[in-house]
Amino acid sequence: MTERFILKVEDLTVSFDGFKAVDHLSFYVEPNECRVIIGPNGAGKTTVLDLICGRTKATEGSVQFKNKELLAMREDQIVHAGVGRKFQTPSVYEDLTVFENLELSYPKGHGVFGALAFKRDAAVRARIADIAETIFLDDQLDEKAAFLSHGQKQWLEIGMLLIQDPELLMLDEPVAGMSVAERKKTAELLNRIIQDRSVIVIEHDMGFVADIATRVTVLHQGKTLSEGTMERVQNDPKVVEVYLGH
Amino acid sequence: MQSSAFMTRKELIGFLILAALIFIVFPVALDNFRLNLFGKYLTYAFVAVGLALCWGAGGILSLGQGVFFGLGGYCMAMFLKLEASTPENTAIQSTPGIPDFMDWNQLKELPWWWEPFYSLPIALAAVVAVPVIFAFIIGVAMFTRRVGGVYFAIITQAFAAIMTILIIGQQGYTGGVNGITDLRTLMGWDIRTDEAKTILYFVNGALLFVVLLVAQYVRKSKLGRLLIAMRDQEDRVRFSGYNVANFKIFIFCLGAAFAGIGGAMFTLQVGFMSPTLVGIVPSIEMVIFCAVGGRLSILGAVYGALLVNWAKTSLSESFPELWLLGLGALFIAVVMFFPNGLAGVWSEKIEPRLLALFNQKKPSRPTPDGAPAE
Ligand SMILES: Nc1ncnc2c1ncn2[C@@H]1O[C@H](COP(=O)(O)OP(=O)(O)OP(=O)(O)O)[C@@H](O)[C@H]1O
Ligand SMILES: [Mg+2]
Repeated sequence: MTERFILKVEDLTVSFDGFKAVDHLSFYVEPNECRVIIGPNGAGKTTVLDLICGRTKATEGSVQFKNKELLAMREDQIVHAGVGRKFQTPSVYEDLTVFENLELSYPKGHGVFGALAFKRDAAVRARIADIAETIFLDDQLDEKAAFLSHGQKQWLEIGMLLIQDPELLMLDEPVAGMSVAERKKTAELLNRIIQDRSVIVIEHDMGFVADIATRVTVLHQGKTLSEGTMERVQNDPKVVEVYLGH
Repeated sequence: MQSSAFMTRKELIGFLILAALIFIVFPVALDNFRLNLFGKYLTYAFVAVGLALCWGAGGILSLGQGVFFGLGGYCMAMFLKLEASTPENTAIQSTPGIPDFMDWNQLKELPWWWEPFYSLPIALAAVVAVPVIFAFIIGVAMFTRRVGGVYFAIITQAFAAIMTILIIGQQGYTGGVNGITDLRTLMGWDIRTDEAKTILYFVNGALLFVVLLVAQYVRKSKLGRLLIAMRDQEDRVRFSGYNVANFKIFIFCLGAAFAGIGGAMFTLQVGFMSPTLVGIVPSIEMVIFCAVGGRLSILGAVYGALLVNWAKTSLSESFPELWLLGLGALFIAVVMFFPNGLAGVWSEKIEPRLLALFNQKKPSRPTPDGAPAE
């Protein structure tokens, strides 16, 4: 019997010195679904991703990915289970080249001795070239990441996730701070990469959300305010009041 | 194009220049006394090379490398001391056959943990193994708990302090504040003669190159790039599927192994080992060697160790009380004006001029054999 959901978040709670940033939150993600989480600033969106990928330890609840409990696992084990995460501010290795950035994310040689013995073989080069083309950086492979534009860094980080080929991809505001032209290209990129995998995206740009979302979860004060298709959520009076109204 | 070659041509030239200095220029230009002194300076280079990996590449600042230098040095000294303490040599003691300081401290027999050091292979293995085991324990305790940055530096410094206190306090077992002195022979070979000292100088130089080549391999491997990545974006590395703590533990242990070898070579060349080489001040000095050389460069680290120690000897001969001040000022100057140390000055200021000069002379030639610089 195949499981209906790839990710099951149940009763997830985290409290920072008594302040519940995420409060008994439950939601379920299906295979190949693109779930968008929206909500006002400070709603706890980033914290939810932090909890799923193990960056923040939950106070209560459970996160099951393909029936494995993620809350009991270390960050790198969660990655190997198939969960990839992009941070809100672009996190790339500025002192390394685009090629090297992608290479470090290539899913091989993750142990100490594996890393010492790692060889840059044809398969690695081919895969990196392939990903670089997808993220519009094939001409910048030898450039230090520090010299990329903000938008290009965002793409690079997305590329670093793609090369791992995660089954669940989590993106925190992937188009924030991008120019209009970059935004369009990113939408096109995301539309391509969300095929064949489950994705959780945090985003404020409603046009963008409408474009990619299978379903939308509206978060408010760490709780689900509303959930459903974009259309349904947009017409929910509670959502209009706390989020879309202003 | 992206090269993952073990050594670029520029790096190879750097290695060759250093080899020429150590194996030809110094032995020819220096008298026996000075050569032995330079041999001593080079033992600190082992530590500085380890720091270039740990601190320069990986961003892990250890202010306790003296501990590992000392552990390696003491392991070597214990073997040499036992060899020097034959019952005949120590016949006047109340318990002949044990090291003199033990006898002075009313010990009646050799402590059990000294016994293995009768064996040279065990002692040599211990020179590397003991520092590595210590580093491993500290590394596991700190890095798996995500202790890093300044906190880690302070804790390693505390270790250096504790280690000195322990050595000084346990006089009967360690020789106390005087250290382990009066070392004579290695398997019957007198290490105090000029000839032995010259040979040891070359052994030291050869070992330093082994260490440099290992360091070069690590730097050029994916692990080397991971260290740089961890320094900049530790979380990104972690969420790319790496157990960051393991990599930190590894590089910290490698630095400890290098330091241990340096310590053992110090003991052999200088003829003693004492707690003055273990504590906070020498540990900080070792960081300064690395900083002056340029903390990103393993060859720079060697030059840093040579230059600072040479300055120290020259200055403290004439103005002993000024040395610590001078060292402090040097450190501040390097951090403020030359953050990449000597290596940075070389690659940013001198090398481009040399290249420009070189290219002026031969304007017709494009890049030599068409090989791109990197
Ligand atoms: N480690 C932490 N310690 C204490 N409080 C925290 C911590 N992390 C997050 N918070 C708090 O939890 C709340 C939710 O933060 P979070 O970053 O998840 O919001 P967000 O929905 O992602 O907002 P934004 O749209 O601004 O990115 C905020 O009030 C924040 O201050
Ligand atoms: Mg956020």
